[in-house]
Amino acid sequence: MSLHNTFDVIIIGAGSIGTPAAYYLSKAGLKVVVLDSGASVGQGSNKKAIGGIRATHSDPAKIRLGLRSIEIFSNWQKDTGDDIEWNRGGYCFPAYRDREEKILKDLLTIQKKYPLKIEWLDFKSLLDIVPDFSKDGLLGGIYSADDGNASPLLAIHSFYVHALRSGAVFQFNEKIIGVLSQAGKATGVRTGTGKYFAPVIINASGAWAKPISNLYGDDMQVVPDSHESAVTESVQRFLGPLVVDIRPSPGSANYYFYQHATGQVIFCITPSPNIWGENTQETSDFLPMVARRIVELMPRLKNIRVRRTWRGLYPMTPDGFPLIGWSRATAGVLNAVGFCGQGFMLGPATGELLTRMVTQQTTADDAETLLQLFPYRDFNSTEQLK
Amino acid sequence: MADYRLHDHPILPIPSRRQFQVTWDGQPVTALEGDTIAATLFANGIHSFGFHHKDGSPQGIYCANGQCSQCMVLVNGKPVKACVEKTSPGMSILPTRGYPTLPQIKGNTSTAPIREIKVPVLILGAGPAGLSAALELGKLGIACLLVDDKDHPGGKLVLQTHRFFGSINAVYAGTRGIDIARKLTQELSAFPSVEIWTSTTALAVFQDKKIGVLKDGKEYVLIQPEVLLVATGAREKALAFRGNTLPGVFGAGAFQTILNRDLIKPSENLFIVGGGNVGLIAGYHALQAGIHVVGLVEAMPECGGYRVHRDKLTRMGVPIYTSHTILSANGDSHVSSVSIAAVERDFRVISGTERSFECDTVLIAVGLDPVNEFYAKAKEFGIPTFAAGDAEEIAEASAAIFSGKIRGLEIASMLGLKTGDIPKSWYQTAEVLKSRPGKTGSEELPELFRGVTPVLHCTQEIPCNPCASICPQGLIYIDRSDIRAVPKFLGDNFCCSACDKCVTVCPGLAITLVDFRNDQQSPIVSIPYEFQYGAHQKGDEVTVMDTAGNDLGLALVQDVSTIEGNDHTCIVKVTAPSDYARQIAGIRVQEPVVTMPMDHYVEHITDDTIICRCERVTAGEIRALIRNGYRDLNEIKTVTRAMMGACGSKTCHSLIYRLFVDEGIDPSKITDQTKRPIFIEVPLGTFANCENLDGDSHEPA
Repeated sequence: MSLHNTFDVIIIGAGSIGTPAAYYLSKAGLKVVVLDSGASVGQGSNKKAIGGIRATHSDPAKIRLGLRSIEIFSNWQKDTGDDIEWNRGGYCFPAYRDREEKILKDLLTIQKKYPLKIEWLDFKSLLDIVPDFSKDGLLGGIYSADDGNASPLLAIHSFYVHALRSGAVFQFNEKIIGVLSQAGKATGVRTGTGKYFAPVIINASGAWAKPISNLYGDDMQVVPDSHESAVTESVQRFLGPLVVDIRPSPGSANYYFYQHATGQVIFCITPSPNIWGENTQETSDFLPMVARRIVELMPRLKNIRVRRTWRGLYPMTPDGFPLIGWSRATAGVLNAVGFCGQGFMLGPATGELLTRMVTQQTTADDAETLLQLFPYRDFNSTEQLK
Repeated sequence: MADYRLHDHPILPIPSRRQFQVTWDGQPVTALEGDTIAATLFANGIHSFGFHHKDGSPQGIYCANGQCSQCMVLVNGKPVKACVEKTSPGMSILPTRGYPTLPQIKGNTSTAPIREIKVPVLILGAGPAGLSAALELGKLGIACLLVDDKDHPGGKLVLQTHRFFGSINAVYAGTRGIDIARKLTQELSAFPSVEIWTSTTALAVFQDKKIGVLKDGKEYVLIQPEVLLVATGAREKALAFRGNTLPGVFGAGAFQTILNRDLIKPSENLFIVGGGNVGLIAGYHALQAGIHVVGLVEAMPECGGYRVHRDKLTRMGVPIYTSHTILSANGDSHVSSVSIAAVERDFRVISGTERSFECDTVLIAVGLDPVNEFYAKAKEFGIPTFAAGDAEEIAEASAAIFSGKIRGLEIASMLGLKTGDIPKSWYQTAEVLKSRPGKTGSEELPELFRGVTPVLHCTQEIPCNPCASICPQGLIYIDRSDIRAVPKFLGDNFCCSACDKCVTVCPGLAITLVDFRNDQQSPIVSIPYEFQYGAHQKGDEVTVMDTAGNDLGLALVQDVSTIEGNDHTCIVKVTAPSDYARQIAGIRVQEPVVTMPMDHYVEHITDDTIICRCERVTAGEIRALIRNGYRDLNEIKTVTRAMMGACGSKTCHSLIYRLFVDEGIDPSKITDQTKRPIFIEVPLGTFANCENLDGDSHEPA
């Protein structure tokens, strides 16, 4: 066993979950190696994320992880000096029909049980926040002022740089081909180029979590589906919150957009039905479909020029909630997978949580979170608002 | 305001056009119908179009081809590319200052589904390759849609005022590019199965085998072809040096566009970087328009372009600095000088050789890259796809014409609509036309002092044969099986009829005729001349030059004439002493004073150099990352925003690779960035098929 290949923790995946985890684990004094098949950090789904960050979920686990992540993101520049283009613009869900008003208000009843700054705004107050909404039929909407957005690219890069400074090792272009174990306990991994040894292995391989979990005898129920996004040119600030329109329409369940710190508008659609699989090639359907919806909601956007489109993967689970917990099949393997498109926004708090799990310092809150996100749970409830 | 329009030109007709007023930054300026905004501004001497949002640096024309985004201006509150958008009466044009404000609009907007069509053949690009392919398909009656982003077919042919090289039989050699464009377009109009959409930009190829185009600059259409031909041509390579984004630094194509298409003088004193055919020809075009060419630098020990193009410039009085590089373009808001230096064989600057020259424009002509992203995506997505012309392989336009023709027939075969094989010899011809210049011999001057004989100042093996094809007596010989051979005069000094046809047809202007019949001491030399007719008259004295650009002395003009059937090349007949009459290859057109260096060398700082002009990322920022171990272009993009800007990395991508090479990084260790659509920025409303996208619903900004 070669010493320089021996670590305390191996993290599979230098993405939205693995990279913050590497940062917090190495800061806690552990010797960490992160292995990724990409050429640099965040080349899987992180760089495809549009950057929305919210705590206004509808369950205690994600609300807790969301609130803590917002705390980390919003203080990041103060703490590290790195600008990750954080902007506390809030989230806004407009309602134009009774159906959406009811869905949103029902949800609000649940959300109000948690320490979230979220409220229903009537037509007029909502227009004060987003003056460019089409006024035709606007009933009002939900607005959560504390949510925000940041650059997934810059954020993960900053986590990476600070993880390196804390001693974490990143090995890129490394494809995992096997998980090593002895007597049911993980001892390391085999890659295309060699072996790495550690008693703890974190599976943070996002859309590819299921085949990776098969390497250690598990079968994590994670299936990727693809979503397309686009970014525009930069214009002067005209839009504060990230807008989510939950009206279903042929081909899409909902869509959302916001104006990033660089002045660019970034938008994304949730296809309906889901487009399962790993294909990330561009489709001709996306732009016409989303453009019509956005322009009808916010006519002013018809003149903003689209710069680039791309397509990324959401690692979906049967109930829409992540899977976090130790493997039953191989001791020492920790699953942190299935973030269903919310890996970026939940990544920092998850990195801290994984660190507490590895160092056996979990709290009572953590126990509750982990019970809810238990990987072997019965998948019968579904997420209220994706 | 000053008027920079051309009012006469030795080759190009100057049409009269309707004049109207627009405003630039609140001031009235005069425009002509058909102008792009960039043309209107340049015609009025305005080269600075705005200020970059990051550092306020002045921005101007760079590509003039809709590819980069440096020429952005505001029209009715909306940012548009000045090189693409047409000027219209009463237009209010403003410089960009930082990010634009998204215009307010009144009320709601209607949307509609996007038009989708199916075609047997879609051709992207109506340049020499695309037009030739369409012609072959048209002859066979195959339905074919040809799209091009310009408002006229012809591609870069419409900028080429010079005669083309190549083979007369295969590809119109000896005819000017502008005329070839016209001929091809005219021929094509006879074939109703070919439809041409001009002002139509291809935006993306999608995995569902559809190609998205922006028709007439406003309608988004999805086209599903059975076969795709990518004939999108080439884009110019960028070059990193200090001051490379200053207004006054353009690509050679931009320069030719403003000059030869828009008929505007973009410069008074020009300096050229790059001695390939593009740079050499642009220099010649500049001289034809009365622009001084202060000099040309070429980093290699020899110019890469055809010898005859180089010689043409040299003997007109343009100094060519081989083994030299540009250090910087200097100036505050516009180029006012250029600094150059000699380089070692490994391109390191030789200290102490730095010199500066006054000029207002630096023209970048350092090579071309194929525009092949559509081809790559179409292949990836399994669309039956061909590429022709520069999109396939960079070569002369003559090669593009021929490869287009072959692809046209290959497509017809693939569709099962053509029987019979394409002759093998065609593929050989295609290879010959694509070939790089071969061996250069030394000039062999005929040992003749009586009679009359042509002197072929053509010493380099290039694919070209108009002289051999045109001689009525067949006295000029080029091997038919390989037209790359240097021409030979087969006759003696008594068989040439002195018809001057070879003199006027040679695309390199490399044939003179020396006639000793009247006077053995002072023979008459016929020199081809493509400058303003009437610039020289009988009795004038002109400075004659040899092939290498050496001043041979003064010669007396006896006659200036044209021959029947020739377009625009005149023949200047001079008398010259017999001892150097045979050496005469041309007439000096600019005086040495315009090419003198300045007294002081203007300094240069490398780390300042802008690599990504959209996001203004410097060489220093990227170099620091490379030195820090960064090898993934995607990661460099993340950290610096280089390649993330409006142009879609079209201008900086190759420069970033070059920085890696400069740092000694093995290219196999570099991970390339992921290329994503769309090709140019397009308003969101276009994808929603909005009514009145430019409509009147705007409130004042």
